[in-house]
Amino acid sequence: MKYKFLEHTADVKFQAYGKTLEEAYSNAGEALSAVMTEVDDVKETRSLTVAVQGEDMKSLLYDYLAELIVLVNTENFLLKRVDALKIDRDGVLSLTATLLGDDLDKYKTHDDVKAVTYNEMEIDETPGKCVVQVVLDI
Amino acid sequence: MELKKVNANTWDIPKQGGMKVPGRIFASEKLLEAIKQDQTLQQAVNVAHLKGILKYSFVQSDAHQGYGFPIGGVAAMDVEEGVISPGGIGYDIGCGVRLIKTNWTADEIKPHIKELLEKLYKEVPSGVGKPGVTELSNDELQEVLARGAQWAVGQGYGKKADLEHTEEYGSMEADPSLVSARALKRGRPQLGTLGAGNHFLEIQEIEKVHDNKTAAAFKLDNEGYVTIMIHCGSRGLGHQVASEYIRAMEKKYGYEDLPDRELINAPIQSDLGQEYYKAMCAALNYSFANRQMIMHWVREVFADVMGNHHDMDLVYDVCHNTAKFETHDVDGEKRNVCVHRKGSTRSFGPEREEVPEAYRHIGQPVFIPGSMATGSYVLVGTKKSEEISFGSTAHGAGRLLSRSKSIKKFNGESVAKEMEKQGIHVKAASWKGIAEEAAPAYKDIDEVAKVSHELELAKRVARLKPLGVVKG
Repeated sequence: MKYKFLEHTADVKFQAYGKTLEEAYSNAGEALSAVMTEVDDVKETRSLTVAVQGEDMKSLLYDYLAELIVLVNTENFLLKRVDALKIDRDGVLSLTATLLGDDLDKYKTHDDVKAVTYNEMEIDETPGKCVVQVVLDI
Repeated sequence: MELKKVNANTWDIPKQGGMKVPGRIFASEKLLEAIKQDQTLQQAVNVAHLKGILKYSFVQSDAHQGYGFPIGGVAAMDVEEGVISPGGIGYDIGCGVRLIKTNWTADEIKPHIKELLEKLYKEVPSGVGKPGVTELSNDELQEVLARGAQWAVGQGYGKKADLEHTEEYGSMEADPSLVSARALKRGRPQLGTLGAGNHFLEIQEIEKVHDNKTAAAFKLDNEGYVTIMIHCGSRGLGHQVASEYIRAMEKKYGYEDLPDRELINAPIQSDLGQEYYKAMCAALNYSFANRQMIMHWVREVFADVMGNHHDMDLVYDVCHNTAKFETHDVDGEKRNVCVHRKGSTRSFGPEREEVPEAYRHIGQPVFIPGSMATGSYVLVGTKKSEEISFGSTAHGAGRLLSRSKSIKKFNGESVAKEMEKQGIHVKAASWKGIAEEAAPAYKDIDEVAKVSHELELAKRVARLKPLGVVKG
């Protein structure tokens, strides 16, 4: 399982999984897209890159997901899949990834994601079974 | 969690651990049971840890779990010692409700309701990331952020009288230069759009007038007449302002002492605290302009279908996601405080200078919209609310079920059919969106209004029932 949605009264809480933290972060990106649309239907016609920096793993996750939300509004970009996500822990903590997806306006959408939050954010980096948990403001 | 009953509608969470003040919940037993189902009370306890918080960490009767602050949370901070926390305003800065009265009866509107909804859906863009119809230049967007609804009226979206019936006259003193280029880029295409989620545009009927004198002052005293309600906020621009200042504040001030990282904040008197406030005001202005433009298109659609829009006057526009500097009585002393309202409506009574002149003799209108199939309330602010809740009351029915549970439990198409049987038409971007917003997913709006009324946080003026809903 790449990700799972959990109970939250008004907003969306999910966990994303991966053998590595990189894989879990990639799946978190997909989970965010799954809030907005049927992600399985999205085609890969466009490719964008994302590069963010953080002070710790949580702020890195926050800024990375926040960037995906910005791209929805500014680039009309709907994410299908995250590729080649790399986390560089030497020097300034940073993340780069390739985002594959399509034009937002070609698809039926339901919920808008307003923002990422730190509320109940958890990162478990157990090798082989990494988990990240995020609450999104809807 | 231990709760102490104060009266039939008031409960306290005694001060414990690092709490600087007790928690105070305004709810009937029935609503309290609903509130207890999630993390709301723990979040109220967390808010009570914030520096400079005065009197209580308040929770309104429609409250539910949020992210950091509970939704329905009110926290007033000492201006010298206290902090400002973007999570206490929310990502949707300036989210609010505007109500328009008309001189049509429900019977006159009903034959045209489907056409009206189709046209409203077409003319007022809604849904995820949908661009608006206006192409703003950067300079124009700066004007929007500096002047809010006053800019919109200047551009021909509405009339001067609208501003006289808008909170803050539709414009807060703001500094647009503190809004980042990314926030501008996010917000530029979205001005004049409804958005998605729980945002809506609703055609309603005045079902019952509870208080004739006040209803007459609000021009809502004719039962059977039609009103229109708009609920939306500052769109991606506001969300981006909040996200960026949260990051800036944690870089500068850290979060180690906080019970929840989302409660990140800055001292009100710090440069960063002041900058956030002025950027937040710019986002508030965007939200005022947004609703003003949407109202303009609503008037045009009604003019097209019904022949004119002469009597479509704005009753009021009031935000429920804000922080405001206000003077309140604290322990017998008049003090300037910063009131955070996260999903809570200001409910000032008569004589407050913040209330527009049109309503200063009677108190400000307060709107508490219910779910799309039940009803909404118009209330009036009171002096009493200033004494007991820093002039604040509830803001909606408040969710009861999560979106995922609602989707599992309800089928959007059946919900729409059921509503149609009750005479309520709905036009939405997706069936899933309708399922998420189904009436049983929300608390009992009559109970929420009753608690507010009994405590005199705001008193009931009229109940509105939906006839047609456009959902984002």
